Amino acid sequence: MLSPSEVKTVLEAALLAAQQPVPISELKKMFDEEVGADTLRRLLEELREAWKERGVELAVTASGWRFQTRPSFQKYLERINPERPPRYSRAVLETLAIIAYRQPVTRGDIEDIRGVTVSTEVMKRLEERGWIDVVGHKEVPGRPALYATTKTFLDDLGLRSLQELPPLEEIAKTLDLTQTPPPAPQPAPDEPATAQPSPA
Amino acid sequence: MSEPVQLSIQTPTPALVAKLRGEPFTELPPDLYIPPDALEVFFETFEGPLDLLLYLIRKANIDILDIPMARLTEQYMEYVEVMRTKNLELAAEYLVMAAMLMEIKSRMLLPHPAMPGDEEEDPRAELVRRLLEYEKMKLAAQKLDALPQLGRDLLPVEVWIEQTLAQRLPRVEVADLEEAWRALLVRAKMSQHHRVTREELSVREHMSLILRRLRGGGFAEFGDLFEPTRGAPVLIVNFLAVLELVRESLLEVTQSEPYAPFYVKLAHAQPE
Repeated sequence: MLSPSEVKTVLEAALLAAQQPVPISELKKMFDEEVGADTLRRLLEELREAWKERGVELAVTASGWRFQTRPSFQKYLERINPERPPRYSRAVLETLAIIAYRQPVTRGDIEDIRGVTVSTEVMKRLEERGWIDVVGHKEVPGRPALYATTKTFLDDLGLRSLQELPPLEEIAKTLDLTQTPPPAPQPAPDEPATAQPSPA
Repeated sequence: MSEPVQLSIQTPTPALVAKLRGEPFTELPPDLYIPPDALEVFFETFEGPLDLLLYLIRKANIDILDIPMARLTEQYMEYVEVMRTKNLELAAEYLVMAAMLMEIKSRMLLPHPAMPGDEEEDPRAELVRRLLEYEKMKLAAQKLDALPQLGRDLLPVEVWIEQTLAQRLPRVEVADLEEAWRALLVRAKMSQHHRVTREELSVREHMSLILRRLRGGGFAEFGDLFEPTRGAPVLIVNFLAVLELVRESLLEVTQSEPYAPFYVKLAHAQPE
């Protein structure tokens, strides 16, 4: 039977050696039954605390726990590793935001919100990054694909779930919008309420 | 070059400029003016008509829920016009939006008698809703971009782990071969015939025989290569043939664990 501090050391070794975020369920396999998920969670928190002052931090994302460098040191690390990833254009970022906050959405929904055509290039970049994928098809003519964000997206942005997305800025909060509901007779295909993924 | 400047100064009859919350506006606020030379740069950065409209609204500090349609439409049209004169690629969406603005403007100009209980729909409502939703997403995009991003702002920690990828092959000891050979001899002894014929014993010949047997590429059990019934001399020659083949790297002998049977197969073709 391992002492808690020994368990912690094993956790540390496993997480440092891991190539991907490791969930607690996976970490649990290293130990006998006596180490429960709650204990592991507590020990991981302690471990996170212990690494607080280091150049590397222990973080938890959607897929589990991982060691990562601190963003504040990135500017130094880039000097020895100069291949810097290009920043995404506004078109890519706005498309990503709409998919993240309004998912599942079709390309038509995205175009309605942005008011411009969504280029295939933009969708391809997000798909290639593994941040979005098709989760179904909307049961309307043409059966357009419904897009959603992936676990990789959450992992890469250090989020545990979509609930941790930055809250939408309520610009209209002080202004009473209920006085002016959208006109009923006009078709409003961008109503997100109807965008349910088909069970196909 | 001076044409667009004229455009933004040209204003229709002062009464039409705007009626903001009941108060007539006869002049455009000065902060609404953007030098047209800067437009080319601007248009590159606009993400479409909604973006442009938002820019105009926010720049002019207009209450988005009470947009002065005449003024906004006029401003918008100026931009579109400049885009056309500068031969900038004008996306169709900009023209669609222009038509929408005109339509809203004209609907607002129509007199609508106040009917009790009948709440008139503000023609601007749909536009406002879209503008607000777009602005929300635009800001959300900026926030997403500000989040630390794996690969851009931070890196996963990777500890170098030495991992040998060489295939692990079973070890064959000399004693194992000896053991196998002894077992064969015992079997040969037990089934000895009293056949006294002279046999031409050629190691080379047996080598060929073995090779031919194994030509298919499969494994054969070590023991199956021998025919104990043919007597010890044949066995010995056969065994020598096996050893010779191994020595010449034509044959591979493997054993999965101690005391397990040997398996023999052709070694991969080695050109040297």
